[in-house]
Amino acid sequence: MWDYVKIAVYGVIAVCAAIAASYARDFAYQVHAVIVMLVAAGLFLWTVRRTGDPKPVPETGYMDDVVRAGVIATAFWGVVGFAAGTFIASQLAFPWLNFEWAQGHLNFGRLRPLHTSAVIFAFGGNALIATSFYVVQRTSAARLWGGNAAWFVFWGYQLFIILAATGYVLGATQSKEYAEPEWYVDWWLTIVWVVYLAIFLGTIFRRKEPHIYVANWFYLSFIVTVAMLHIVNNLSVPVSLFGSKSVQVFAGVQDAMIQWWYGHNAVGFFLTAGFLGMMYYFVPKQAERPVYSYKLSIIHFWALIFLYIWAGPHHLHYTALPDWASTLGMVFSIMLWMPSWGGMINGLMTLSGAWDKLRTDPVIRMMVVAVGFYGMSTFEGPMMSIKAVNSLSHYTDWTIGHVHSGALGWNGMITFGALYFLAPRLWGKERLYSTALVSWHFWLATIGIVLYAASMWVSGIMEGLMWREVDAQGFLVNSFADTVSAKFPMYVVRAIGGGLYVLGGLIMCFNIWKTATSAPARQPARVAAPAE
Amino acid sequence: METYTAMRAFADSWMLLFLTLFFIGVIFWALRPGSARVHRDSADIPFRHDNEPAPSDDADEAARHKEART
Repeated sequence: MWDYVKIAVYGVIAVCAAIAASYARDFAYQVHAVIVMLVAAGLFLWTVRRTGDPKPVPETGYMDDVVRAGVIATAFWGVVGFAAGTFIASQLAFPWLNFEWAQGHLNFGRLRPLHTSAVIFAFGGNALIATSFYVVQRTSAARLWGGNAAWFVFWGYQLFIILAATGYVLGATQSKEYAEPEWYVDWWLTIVWVVYLAIFLGTIFRRKEPHIYVANWFYLSFIVTVAMLHIVNNLSVPVSLFGSKSVQVFAGVQDAMIQWWYGHNAVGFFLTAGFLGMMYYFVPKQAERPVYSYKLSIIHFWALIFLYIWAGPHHLHYTALPDWASTLGMVFSIMLWMPSWGGMINGLMTLSGAWDKLRTDPVIRMMVVAVGFYGMSTFEGPMMSIKAVNSLSHYTDWTIGHVHSGALGWNGMITFGALYFLAPRLWGKERLYSTALVSWHFWLATIGIVLYAASMWVSGIMEGLMWREVDAQGFLVNSFADTVSAKFPMYVVRAIGGGLYVLGGLIMCFNIWKTATSAPARQPARVAAPAE
Repeated sequence: METYTAMRAFADSWMLLFLTLFFIGVIFWALRPGSARVHRDSADIPFRHDNEPAPSDDADEAARHKEART
């Protein structure tokens, strides 16, 4: 019966998408309608061919096949996103890379949101979905709720990524940073996200452990808050049902404030809370000892979510935003120091008594460096939110350096650590294919980050100082183009750093591939039967 | 009263008080005396069910014991 419903739904969607493609008002919408039509038609045929097959017996173990797919997707999108970033960094250093034949499609302005969305939502998002499915099952001692709904979330999320990425290249964007996708892509993500929340909550409801482990609290706050932020920031009215253009409901400074309430909490709950969920599971597992202080982890959680939500206005210092609001944002950003460092200490001290593992285990080294970068960028961020500092740092490369020390150092490294932890377990292997290659990845990525962050500090502070330099008569000394040419060497160093990071990512893909295919299989665990 | 002003006044007073007390309450709850054993038990959760879920009911339990014996 369920199969017939699915066939009907897929058929209706395919026909509607075909109609939408023929009525399309713009090219990006037309391409998206064709993509949706092909996906629905493919699913239609696939389901028709399988209808009437005997149903497999429902499984009772952990649902790990969707996590395996998530690990592959994370590694794949990671390399795509890093490569896109390195390419646009090179475009800034060498403008001829904005090829004449690809103007309007592959120039910096079109590829920049492709890079940010690829690394944050495709790489980070897949990492969060995959690890949250893994962690919530293990810490609840229950199979994932909802059966194939998890596969819907996985593939639905990939479809969201494809629609977003093709939209950027073809110019369908609502020009909100980190929320660029247009209205129908937003609607689709909302559906996928609600199912994700249902699966996560359903698994927690059927847990066999009385207590909800702290990692799940962080994951849950990430899922709930991102849903709220996504819906409010994307309130827009489509101009036509058959076009990609939409008009925002809010305007002016209200729109700016909502955008940065969204933008900063995307950092706070997507890139921080979700990844802290990873930290609270994978660091103790890899170190083989429980978290340093469970009490501190509870305080860390509540302090983080209570404070983060107010920090957004620091993106709008010295703008039309009222002074009280930007001061509020600044004060809350500074208060965030405490929970962030509490969390960092908790992660690092988990290794107390096991510091020798740093010498022998490059995976734990990766995780420790990730937590270290978490501490550094959560120190730098509050400092940059202080109005006096912000007047120098804002609109300069310092901001980009800060974001990348957090994203490459914290999010990237903790994800790599988690992937290296997961690969042998998910594919039933004794160990990783090669720990030497993990070391190579570690050093390439670390040196890449150092080159990136250091060059952007120099470039950003230089830029800020050059912009505010005035002569004895009060005239500006430098034109904007002067700063652009002065930044050239730093841009080259940044691109080299990014190249090293991509290289590390490729090595990781090779290592995970070889782990899945040719590492020695895990010996069956000896089950000790209790004497009764 | 205008809706904005009313909500603003509520947010500035009672809601602020509630959130502050809730936050302080959470900290005291986490640090409450005698909780060390509970917290130690919670911190060990990741080390318990690595390979398969906890058995769901008696039928499952019986099946597992049978397996173990053969």
